[in-house]
Amino acid sequence: MQSLADAFRAAFGLVVGLDPDLLAIVGLSLWVSGTSLVLASLIGLPAGAALALTRFPGRRLVIVLVNALMGLPPVVVGLLVYLVLSRAGPLGGLGWLFTPKAMIVAQWLLITPIVMALSRQVVEDLWAEYAEQLASLGASPLRAIPTLLWDGRYSLFTTVLAGFGRAVGEVGAVIVVGGNIAHATRVMTTAIALETSKGDLPLALGLGFVLLGVAVAVNAAAALVREIGARQEGQSWRS
Amino acid sequence: MGLIRLAILVTSLGLLPTAVAGDDPVAITIASTTSTENSGLLDAILPRFTARTGFGARVVAVGTGQAIRLARRGDADVLFVHDRASEERFVSDGFGVERYDVMYNDYVVVGPASDPARIRGLSSVEEALRTIAATRSPFVSRGDDSGTHKAELRLWKAAGVNPKPASGSWYRETGQGQGATLNVASGMGAYMFVDRGTWISFKNRGDLELLVEGDPMLFNQYGVVLVNPEKHPHVQAEAGQAFVDWVLSPEGQDAIGAFRVEGQALFVPNARPGKPEPATPGR
Repeated sequence: MQSLADAFRAAFGLVVGLDPDLLAIVGLSLWVSGTSLVLASLIGLPAGAALALTRFPGRRLVIVLVNALMGLPPVVVGLLVYLVLSRAGPLGGLGWLFTPKAMIVAQWLLITPIVMALSRQVVEDLWAEYAEQLASLGASPLRAIPTLLWDGRYSLFTTVLAGFGRAVGEVGAVIVVGGNIAHATRVMTTAIALETSKGDLPLALGLGFVLLGVAVAVNAAAALVREIGARQEGQSWRS
Repeated sequence: MGLIRLAILVTSLGLLPTAVAGDDPVAITIASTTSTENSGLLDAILPRFTARTGFGARVVAVGTGQAIRLARRGDADVLFVHDRASEERFVSDGFGVERYDVMYNDYVVVGPASDPARIRGLSSVEEALRTIAATRSPFVSRGDDSGTHKAELRLWKAAGVNPKPASGSWYRETGQGQGATLNVASGMGAYMFVDRGTWISFKNRGDLELLVEGDPMLFNQYGVVLVNPEKHPHVQAEAGQAFVDWVLSPEGQDAIGAFRVEGQALFVPNARPGKPEPATPGR
């Protein structure tokens, strides 16, 4: 109990003190996970919708694979990206290893299957609801993708947030490809791992509370955006 | 507008820390060990290197084995680790230019205050290990091919004990770094072989205490090697060489000797005199 109290005190001290190192670490966490999320959404949302609406041989297998990839261990993704971006690897010439770019690539690979699998489910359910209506308007399934994505946007919101949560909370991939370099690639989760290995458990847990606070703030902001959007359109909540 | 707004929100949040994400123009990557990073040594001395030479430095802190593998693949400019045999092989295999002694510290054996194997105060680390094995007292090993792990294995061999068959019973391998392994030792009241620097700066000791120290076999030498630019042409040879020169120079050696944690010096500089002064003074 004593150490929990110490952890709260450490978290409070970090937040109140607006420690510049902490701000940089939080900023980098948001930048890396936010960028990988945008990239994952650009691909995962349309791909998920296409998978929901098209029929082709092996489709079930693809769905099983994409669903399974949601469980990819981050450290495995980290190792793959490391081997590819290493100087001795095929893309070593880019010089991305141990930079935020490598971390974005790793998290992008990690969360694209999540965005894709969950959006496939959302769109498939919507399609079941609207198939007749859209078909009567002469819309083929593929042409219905933008409409369905737009219609399902509030449910897809949660999908995207799930991807963000996975990215911002993982340590296995970013520590391998980023290297946890101070003032360069250190993010919230790798900082927590570092303090744990120094045995400074209250500070590690305090950082954990800060991370939790950041996640709550991001989700609250997203909920606010969603509410404002819904109100402007005079629409009822859909999810 | 939900998704678009979210995208805008996320992107604008992301734009804030571009300064953080940017790369320094010339910053070397040093592959080093958890003992130098976790103790705070590199944080303390690198700003002085940067002030002297104008070169930045970034540290990837992993076990010695992993650090050497990183450097072999060309993912670091300088290697700063503590396993002489592997460092010399690194150089003789052509991956490093030359290896220099930089500093040393020593290993110690820590364990629970209750000391079930009664090793406290023994002057021979071999005897201590034999006693731990004979009493089957819990012992936590790094088990991760790090410099500390290799040193531990050498001592078991010298003590004439093969702990491998006991793996999973009294001999437990965590496969993790020094700090994470100390957390395990502290949690289960086990003995552990650890370097003094990590031990002194470690905060979650629980009821672990320092039990065996001072045996000459516990000496731990650190070396520095510039990764060979002929092997990996992108290696920042000038900046990397500047670091090697600086850390061996009187200024670098003083910085190492002056580093203290809780009033104790953790590393003793021992570069051989006659090394060149920093190549680019006052740059």
